[in-house]
Amino acid sequence: MREIDGSAITALIEQHIAVIARNAEESCAARLKELADSESNPTAAFALKVMCDNIDVAAAKGYPVCQDTGMAVVFAEIGSDVRINGDIYEAINEGVRRAYAPLRKSVLDPITRVNTRDNTPAVIHLSMTKGSTIKLEIMLKGFGSENMSKVYMLNPAQGLEEAKRLIVRTVEEAGSNPCPPVIVGVGLGGTFEKACMMSKHALFRKIGSRNDDAELDAIERELLDKINALGIGAQGFGGKATALGVFIEKYPTHISSLPVAVNILCHCSRCAIVTI
Amino acid sequence: MNRKVDLPLTKDVAASLNVGDTVYLSGSMYVFRDAGHKRLFASIEAGNPDLDYAGETIYFMGPCPALKGQILGSCGPTTSCRMDKYTPYMFDTGLAAQIGKGKRDKASIEAIARNKGVYFAAIGGAGAIYSKCVTSVEVIAYEDLGTEAIRRITVKDFPVIVAIDSQGRDIYAQ
Repeated sequence: MREIDGSAITALIEQHIAVIARNAEESCAARLKELADSESNPTAAFALKVMCDNIDVAAAKGYPVCQDTGMAVVFAEIGSDVRINGDIYEAINEGVRRAYAPLRKSVLDPITRVNTRDNTPAVIHLSMTKGSTIKLEIMLKGFGSENMSKVYMLNPAQGLEEAKRLIVRTVEEAGSNPCPPVIVGVGLGGTFEKACMMSKHALFRKIGSRNDDAELDAIERELLDKINALGIGAQGFGGKATALGVFIEKYPTHISSLPVAVNILCHCSRCAIVTI
Repeated sequence: MNRKVDLPLTKDVAASLNVGDTVYLSGSMYVFRDAGHKRLFASIEAGNPDLDYAGETIYFMGPCPALKGQILGSCGPTTSCRMDKYTPYMFDTGLAAQIGKGKRDKASIEAIARNKGVYFAAIGGAGAIYSKCVTSVEVIAYEDLGTEAIRRITVKDFPVIVAIDSQGRDIYAQ
């Protein structure tokens, strides 16, 4: 049995949040630069150039890339041969508390709207696996895009074609609000909450990465083409750059249903995957 | 078209701006978002407004804290449609312009056109770039709201796009 101290988890969470708040994920930044160079709509091209300049300035100066430094979401996959000394929830939240000291505190009580003043609690999803390591997937999720996310409980007769139509429609209705070009996470199947969890987890994929499942890969490409034909474009100013990627996870579901969750991320992915 | 425009925005300048223009703003503006609007409207309904915004520009934004070397932390726009509820009344009572990001509802677009106002779109997510444009900041009201307090900031060459012009032409509808 390998022992891992809660303080080691706290230190990693603090360190990585500090980095990702200031640095767009690399594959995302690279794709934005390609789009800025190829966009023919002048207003959208201007917006893409400002976005790319912003990523460069944030990284060079150590400024948060966006003022919405988000709510921290952490997926922690814990090996069954690991014993954690301390409370893993508190260990993660302490890392969040420390990392957000110089960042914007956006987390508050949903009823009183009173701010917790340290951006805790994080949204934490724990799961178990084999082995003697802990995998932490950390995302700072802004809510301009989170607010545009949707879940649909389809019936089996509606099927995959209706699911595809609704995924595209969700991006279309979100329009300029989630700071396009967006990244689209989709959860297909499972239950209501499983679909939502998968749609969030799918957003950790690198821009340009292919789905291991050939069928999902084909659907991802079809949806990306359809979304980029909508004409919403960067910041909603028109042009070709409406989405950077569509990423799908699936899970078996019930004979009565087809859950479809669509989680939207802005143009600037802020995530990290680390293993202890 | 690229233009430099001073704030406060005059009626003549507002009327000369066209949807899609790239504009670099310089001057002072108020900054607040959801909670600031909610509390301001409670004061208006109580008959004792906490802010006189006639002739002013309001930027929908909640900043990051300032880091070393910064006057204000990262400060890009937030989604404007959440403030649509307040927008017709504010333009009808003298507001000159708003800055935010994203599409607006029909009532807001009509109020902007009716009053010859302007809605500027800042580039969402460009918080670090915008922080470099800020030359001064002061908390004016509602300090307990933290990032959502009402601030007055002065900016230089702050890049925006004319998203809805004084004729009600809407970039998001094109």
